[in-house]
Amino acid sequence: MRFTGALPNAAIFVALVAVAVVADRSGNPYIVTLATKVAIFGLAGVGLNLALGYGGLVSFGHAAFFGLGGYVTAILASHAASATPVATVPFTMMGTNEMLAIWPVALLVSGLAALVIGALSLRTTGVYFIMVTLAFAQMLYYFAVSWPAYGGEDGLSFYVRNSFPGANIFAPLQFFAICAAALGVTMILVALLTQSRFGLALRAAKQNEARVIASGVRPFALRLTAFVLSGMVAGLAGALFADLNRFVSPAMLSWHMSGEIMVFVILGGVGRLAGPIAGAAVFIALEYLLGPVSDHWQALLGLLLILIVLFAPGGLMGLALRGRHG
Amino acid sequence: MAEPILVLKNLVRSFGALTATDDVSLDLRPGEIHALIGPNGAGKSTLIKQIAGELRPDSGSILFEGQSINALDPAERARLGLARSFQVSSVVPDFTVLENTMLAVQGASGSTFRFLKPALSDRDLTEPAAFHIRQAGLAGRETVPAAALAHGERRRLEIAMALAMRPRAFLLDEPMAGMGVEGARDLTAILAALKAEAPILLVEHDMDAVFALADRISVLVYGRIIATGTVDDIRASEEVRRSYLGEEA
Repeated sequence: MRFTGALPNAAIFVALVAVAVVADRSGNPYIVTLATKVAIFGLAGVGLNLALGYGGLVSFGHAAFFGLGGYVTAILASHAASATPVATVPFTMMGTNEMLAIWPVALLVSGLAALVIGALSLRTTGVYFIMVTLAFAQMLYYFAVSWPAYGGEDGLSFYVRNSFPGANIFAPLQFFAICAAALGVTMILVALLTQSRFGLALRAAKQNEARVIASGVRPFALRLTAFVLSGMVAGLAGALFADLNRFVSPAMLSWHMSGEIMVFVILGGVGRLAGPIAGAAVFIALEYLLGPVSDHWQALLGLLLILIVLFAPGGLMGLALRGRHG
Repeated sequence: MAEPILVLKNLVRSFGALTATDDVSLDLRPGEIHALIGPNGAGKSTLIKQIAGELRPDSGSILFEGQSINALDPAERARLGLARSFQVSSVVPDFTVLENTMLAVQGASGSTFRFLKPALSDRDLTEPAAFHIRQAGLAGRETVPAAALAHGERRRLEIAMALAMRPRAFLLDEPMAGMGVEGARDLTAILAALKAEAPILLVEHDMDAVFALADRISVLVYGRIIATGTVDDIRASEEVRRSYLGEEA
């Protein structure tokens, strides 16, 4: 897990922005929307990578945080639209359609959920950890399905995208810029984090737990912190995804979603900063190009995934950077 | 006489019918190397694990600088200044020598939960780490990944990491294991110098090293300490000869 240098990571980010700008200039708003999707899924993947890539925590339940971020957004927005309070106990909380007000709530809710789920799941390791995180996410999924107040199985729509100061939120490129900015800032923070004292200890705990303990640090505290931060990033991605679609449904919480986020990370390169963006880009490009040809396009994705895991464990980024940085 | 740093009082630990630690009492005094020797299966590892906190004794107490540490977990004991090395080399393989040692520096200072400042450009970490690397005789190897080190160098890295914990006592579990004659001689010199930093409880099979280094020796057989004394006492003891040294000769 060596630092691969800032350049390849920046290059992937810049490429994504370039695609969006060129598509917008040449009158292809649909491509801009696809690029926005890549930015959002990439953000969720960057979040998962913090736990999976750097902490060695194979969470199969990150849809829980992604979906919670989405539901927070939709619930606040729908209450703002109907001018009804979200809650009256212990204090009256009104809905809002301001992204800058929604995001902190989404971060808080997904962070708290990650704290509870992490504190319980991190008592297990290996396959059990995977299964316990999956189980918690499925619990939330079934809860959303069976809770009629917010749409239940049908999901919850809000008709106007939430607003952001100074931005025309309906212009695809402007909404893309907001998502890309969130992604860029998160990448910088994650890059700093992984090189910090905390990051050093977290990466050490993945390789040699006994050594970290002998250094006077509890691996549990490191992992729980990483898991919470990871969940918060996924929650922010979920909030943006809700705004992209102006709709949330229990599908955001389902294990398919957890699997997809994991695919972005593994496809792009586990423990590589921009890996999940590359992974999400390939995923969405395949869906866009092959989806209309056949409903079974995911079979090809599966084949690609098998090839990557077998022959290029460093993912697409590892493949592209082969021979460099060891 | 100075107060002992580490005191074991009547420790007992059983696994089913087997009493692996049978009423063991011993102490570690400032400035000394106290060697713990004994045949395979004597219970040395079980004892070390209880001191480090990986195993709880069934009864008896462990005092560190006068305080009971029975209830503390291994990370807490390490932070108090009980630095250990492992029987099988235990380093972070993908990290460089410098990064491995930095991990110990930040752990000892309780400053791990800092999130934004790059660790490698943090002189509060790198300078003490570089100092302890030199102390352990690894100067010039700072940027080598631990996985690429020779066995003897990895042992030295563990010493550097133990030093970086700014320990009040060392708990060294067979530091000579797997070292060649040459390497063992080098390491013996390093351990002799370590004693100036903090007293050492040394578990070791290499009798030459033990007799060269130890101020006192305790002999553990079937979970019991059968003798404690100076090197000469132990060499002269009939019982030790019969039950242990004799077997090896």
